[in-house]
Amino acid sequence: MRITLWGTRGSLAAAGPETVGYGGHTSCVEVRGRDGTFLVLDAGTGIRRLGATVGPEVARVDILLTHLHMDHIQGLGFFQPLYESEQEIHVWGPRSATLDLRARLARYLSPPLFPVRLRDLPCRLTLHDVPLEGFQIGGLKIVAAFICHPGPTVGYRITEGSTTVAYLPDHEPALGASNFPGAPDWTSGFDLADGVDLLIHDAQYSAAEYPEHIGWGHSAISHTVGFAAAAGVKRLVTFHHDPGHDDLTLDRLIEEARGAFELPFQLLAGVEGARFNLAGR
Amino acid sequence: MAQKDVEIILMRQLASYLAMPIFLVDPAGSLLFYNEPAEALLGRRFDETGEMPLEQWATIFPATAEDGSPLPADARPLVIALQKRRAAHRGFWIRGLDGVSRRIEATAFPLEGQGGRNLGAVAIFWEENSP
Repeated sequence: MRITLWGTRGSLAAAGPETVGYGGHTSCVEVRGRDGTFLVLDAGTGIRRLGATVGPEVARVDILLTHLHMDHIQGLGFFQPLYESEQEIHVWGPRSATLDLRARLARYLSPPLFPVRLRDLPCRLTLHDVPLEGFQIGGLKIVAAFICHPGPTVGYRITEGSTTVAYLPDHEPALGASNFPGAPDWTSGFDLADGVDLLIHDAQYSAAEYPEHIGWGHSAISHTVGFAAAAGVKRLVTFHHDPGHDDLTLDRLIEEARGAFELPFQLLAGVEGARFNLAGR
Repeated sequence: MAQKDVEIILMRQLASYLAMPIFLVDPAGSLLFYNEPAEALLGRRFDETGEMPLEQWATIFPATAEDGSPLPADARPLVIALQKRRAAHRGFWIRGLDGVSRRIEATAFPLEGQGGRNLGAVAIFWEENSP
């Protein structure tokens, strides 16, 4: 699998000279399987640049949405392949208790919020309420599960052969937990992240900021590190950076995390444009 | 051990903050958690009892009806909520592991997740004479 980060910012795009190092685009990750299977994880503003790289050789694109907060869907209408009549596109995401994915997504992709209606997109579009059991797209095995974040939100675990990546961009596993990380079976998202080669995980806040944002659905970087250690991941990529954190702040937070913990894994900051090649074992 | 559904995790976390006794079971009726106020009522800390199947907790926390007759498990509000997927309420006596019988009112309701998933049930206990 080849993983490329096209947007690592959380909540709101944050363009400017102070964020150019880590990037300002919101959540979007490309996953390419060995057989050419092409997944896009979330459709934040980073998806626009990704769309420009999709050539006619790509027969099918599958966009997997974790949830429908704006920073995860805002770029969708700017994904060029949606406007190609021959392009086959599948969008997967969680339904709510009363609305399916189509109805929920159409709230954004319709006037007055967006000029083009979902039903008027020219591509060969199929929408799927994401199943909560495992499913297969091309050569990739995918598991989706609800995780702790306001509103219906899933995380994804994607496996190709013996190689696995987990994507939990918006996740607050420490919410209400008195001894986080506690027992694995009582920790949100644990099964998704268990033993993965690469975990891409929410790390929006510093430890000092978190108490002011409890219940907002995001993690302090110390929680992220604790979660990754408990899950036994090989590599952790911090993600969903707060729009108010400039490059210097993110450098400091990562260095503090590296210095504060005995890390049994490689800790990397999620930088827009970063690429990871996960070789099968 | 399989990871609990996120709704169950959040229910436990909510229960751990609330001041009324709460008892949480999975779809099979197995005890998953009871909170600190419930510990006072049931006479033992949850950490000491741990998770256990329905048959076991129904036995170690015996219930009796108002007339003193044993209350079968399937007459308890929690089991009704679980089996019939509806809210249930009744008063009865329960004996905790401290040997003390207490008159309680129990309100139970099923937990249903996204897509109609049966996640278990919750009971809230109201001890007579409690404020």
